[in-house]
Amino acid sequence: MSPIQIIFPILFIILGPFVGGLMDGIDRKLSARLQGRIGPSILQPFYDVRKLMNKQVIGVNRAQYALLLSYLLLMIVTGLLFFSGSDILMSVFVLSTASIFLYFAVVETGSPYNTIASNRELVQIMAYEPAVILMCVGFYLVAGSFNVHDIMQSETIMITRMPGFFIAFLFALAVKLRKSPFDVSTGHHAHQELVQGIKTEMGARNLAIFQIAEWYESALLMGMVALFIVDRRPLSFFFGALLVLAVYLFMILLDNTAARIKYTKMLKIVWIATILFSGLNLLVLMLMR
Amino acid sequence: MAKVKESPWVLHYDGSSCNGCDIEVLASLTPVYDAERFGVVNTGDPLQADILLITGGINTQNLSVVKQLYDQMPRPKVVVAVGTCACTGGIFKECYNILGGADKAVPVDIYVPGCAARPQSIIDGIVQAVELFQKRSDEHDAAVAAAKSGTQAK
Amino acid sequence: MGVTVFLILFPLLVAPVMYLVKNNLLRGRIAYVAAGIEMAAVFVLIGQWARNGFKPMEFFVRTRGADHFILDAEILLMIFVTFMCFKYRKYWISLLSIVPTLLIMWFEFFGPESVEYAHIRVDYLSVLMCLIIGIVGGFIIVYAVGYMHGYHHHHVNIEDRRPYFFMILFLFIGAMFGFVLSASLLWIDFFWEITSVCSFLLISYTKEEIAIHNAFRALWLNLLGGVALAVGIVGFGLTYGSTSLYDLIEQGVAGNPAAVIPVALIAFAALTKAAQFPFSSWLLGAMVAPTPSSALLHSATMVKAGIYILFRLAPAMEGNLTGNMIAFIGGFTFFVASILAISQHDGKGVLALSTISNLGLMTACAGVGRQETIWAGIFLMMFHSVSKSLLFQDVGATENTIGSRDIENMHGLLYRLPMLASFMIIGIAGMFLAPFGMLIAKWSALKASIDENNMLLILFIAFGSATTGFYWSKWLGKLIARSHETGLRAHDKTKRNEQISLCVHAVLMVGLCVLLPFISIRFVDPLVAEMFGSYEQVLSQGLLITMVAIIALIFLIPIGAYLISNRQATNVKLSYMSGANVGNNSEFVDSFGGNKKLWLSNYYFADIIHFDETMRYCTVGSAAVIVVMLLLVIGGVLR
Repeated sequence: MSPIQIIFPILFIILGPFVGGLMDGIDRKLSARLQGRIGPSILQPFYDVRKLMNKQVIGVNRAQYALLLSYLLLMIVTGLLFFSGSDILMSVFVLSTASIFLYFAVVETGSPYNTIASNRELVQIMAYEPAVILMCVGFYLVAGSFNVHDIMQSETIMITRMPGFFIAFLFALAVKLRKSPFDVSTGHHAHQELVQGIKTEMGARNLAIFQIAEWYESALLMGMVALFIVDRRPLSFFFGALLVLAVYLFMILLDNTAARIKYTKMLKIVWIATILFSGLNLLVLMLMR
Repeated sequence: MAKVKESPWVLHYDGSSCNGCDIEVLASLTPVYDAERFGVVNTGDPLQADILLITGGINTQNLSVVKQLYDQMPRPKVVVAVGTCACTGGIFKECYNILGGADKAVPVDIYVPGCAARPQSIIDGIVQAVELFQKRSDEHDAAVAAAKSGTQAK
Repeated sequence: MGVTVFLILFPLLVAPVMYLVKNNLLRGRIAYVAAGIEMAAVFVLIGQWARNGFKPMEFFVRTRGADHFILDAEILLMIFVTFMCFKYRKYWISLLSIVPTLLIMWFEFFGPESVEYAHIRVDYLSVLMCLIIGIVGGFIIVYAVGYMHGYHHHHVNIEDRRPYFFMILFLFIGAMFGFVLSASLLWIDFFWEITSVCSFLLISYTKEEIAIHNAFRALWLNLLGGVALAVGIVGFGLTYGSTSLYDLIEQGVAGNPAAVIPVALIAFAALTKAAQFPFSSWLLGAMVAPTPSSALLHSATMVKAGIYILFRLAPAMEGNLTGNMIAFIGGFTFFVASILAISQHDGKGVLALSTISNLGLMTACAGVGRQETIWAGIFLMMFHSVSKSLLFQDVGATENTIGSRDIENMHGLLYRLPMLASFMIIGIAGMFLAPFGMLIAKWSALKASIDENNMLLILFIAFGSATTGFYWSKWLGKLIARSHETGLRAHDKTKRNEQISLCVHAVLMVGLCVLLPFISIRFVDPLVAEMFGSYEQVLSQGLLITMVAIIALIFLIPIGAYLISNRQATNVKLSYMSGANVGNNSEFVDSFGGNKKLWLSNYYFADIIHFDETMRYCTVGSAAVIVVMLLLVIGGVLR
């Protein structure tokens, strides 16, 4: 265990929600500026969560809180796995388990809007999972290991060898971060056709828990983006941060310029992109071995 | 006493109106007026809302709906009646099916007059509602704290 | 050595007793006792094997008498099949039985004398199979006693042939024991034919037209495999002069050309048994049979016979053309069957397709033939046996209670039939939630296929795991969803013996999940080591510790969250229906002002997936691939 394997998880637990929340705030501010508005404060997401925690505790039933809490905790576990430098494929699998708990929390209420949104959430999971798994395969092919720590120790800068996986991962990222045009189960923008989608029956504290879990998830996903650049050189962390910033700005731009598409179309687009970009990259890497 | 007034989320309900006020409510979210700079989010979901914004009068059909939506909102909550119809029933007051303003269904805190209410006055109404929201939230917190210390004393 | 013979012969002897005892109660009791004795015998066998230091035990070097008996029985079997084929006017199917039997006869009388070898062999893999057949199969019989009672209560139009049914069940179990314990290919062929015929008889149990039709489809597809098996055995016997399975594997690993075609043909035969594409249709058709027989076919027996033989042959398939063929077909089946499963409403339909899909992953594991994949495949097999048996029995019991096995009708089952639904959740979650069963197997299968440079398999696993997650989760979601029928608590009609079997399976399932690292170190690692001669640990120590931690967390987190949520006061509100609520969550006010009941449904993508068409194209396509690959294998040797 190198010190970095202990420092990073601790940083993730403490700073994860702040990073995620800040990203959310930047998103809202930037979106407002793109639309010619002044927009809320960058800290707005934190204000929102503070308010939500202070409201009367409500819910459609008790179980939803337990399931959302499981979602949050599993998300943290996933992040710990990833940032402690252990197996990336395993953390992706645990991540999908966490998502399934979110699905449970949504479908369990049995409300009409939630049921449709939960089905769409499942389609979203189905859409992005191949790209994420194939990204792990790409890391293994280049670095010879699934271990995040080993991947970081590798000589090569990952993105130079796996640009296709990266592009496919961007599609997965857009789905996972719920950005237009792939925000079919719930969006950042008010009033979609399913009211609030999977968030419809989450009020007050439940919504706060969900929000914090989403922040942790954003931080984790950005860690995965950074892994495409970061290696043992300290300077690479700087470039990794730059890549994360660039990717996130691109996501915001995408969110503000694209219209939501049907979920079947989303599935098709993401899968085709995965086969095309990841598949080609995989083929090239295998031939080069 | 946590600060909640930076994040007033609004649920907009359109009663029996001519839709003039509704357009103005939406206009107050557009770039020119930009209510989101106060943290206002127009959520469509009562479970997440803090402020119920009602436009249009109450009729026999939507009475139960407004009551239901109000009931689904978590405390503390504030109700704002936007436009003359929501305040009193307005031009439709004498219709056979109209019961009157929003206060026929739920306790209204802030009345925003106008036909249609201008975005400036709507935002002004919301800002007043936000102050009330903070006040109620403080009361709510105090009540919760009192209840807690009460149980501990027992 | 007596125990092995007992294991095989005892069920075969119980079978006629089952047929002769006409009193249902008495027959049930005898069935319990027989299943119990059989399970005890498995443990005695394990005890003996453990006393032998977990080393392979071999018996029966000289078996002239037994060989003659088996040959006679095989001829009887052929006559029986021919008779059935003529009775139902499916004349050409009889050829599939006559040809291989005559071939084997000719070989036994005129072929070269085989070198001497032990005909029965007990090692890690056969012990594992015995455990699966004994415990899972045994409890399926216990379950069947109660189930069949309810079944004939509900289906009065079907002739009550329970004595016959239980006879076949025991025959089946006996044949499976014979199959996994035999080292002689000729014996294996014989037991193979018995299982084919038994499955035919089980599927046609109801004697309805569709049942007969499906039964014959199962028969001819399996007999086709039997032909390939017989040709492979005779081919190897003629060229190498041995009929021992282990000689065949040894020669296959050594790369002896005499073994290449037999290995390919036997692997082909295994594909038919394991219901891989293009042969999957028989397993889908087998759903018309009563649930215990589906459970038996899908979990403990029949399909596992195919997987067992593939695992045996795996070292001989590593990195060669046959292995590539098997890996491709397995991966393809894994992906396509999981997509087809998405389109299914019927609980048993989803289970059947998921069986095919999971078997596909196991087949792919065997085809890659590396240590990691065999390790993964063995785990998959264990998890799959227990979970499928549990789920089939559970769906059967649910059907007996609520009168439907449609997943849409299982909405909120957790609140209506808490016990059955909990078992169902355990079965499903154990199969696919990380890090249990499927996930860990996928992890190492993926790793191995990258090392093998098998690009198609990687894509199949990546996409297949996404689709697999989809159909399982939406089923789980249905079980826990509240509202439209929450209030109606159904009366659980599950019988005591069914409950016992379900409980045992659920405990086994949880045990497998919790003890996974332990089972890996104590059992599966040595198994792989025995199979390959050497062994490197598949899961590194660090990963193993991580696994244990995650397993603990996956159990602890929801429990902890539940406890926390119980302590907190929550104001329960109605769910959002645009304000048009009526006071409960299962109705809303419709546009006429009346109350309308909610009906919530899952996505099935029926308009995208087109079940029949997809099935047809995939069958034709995979058949073409198999033919081409087999020709390449044969051509490669003959050149």
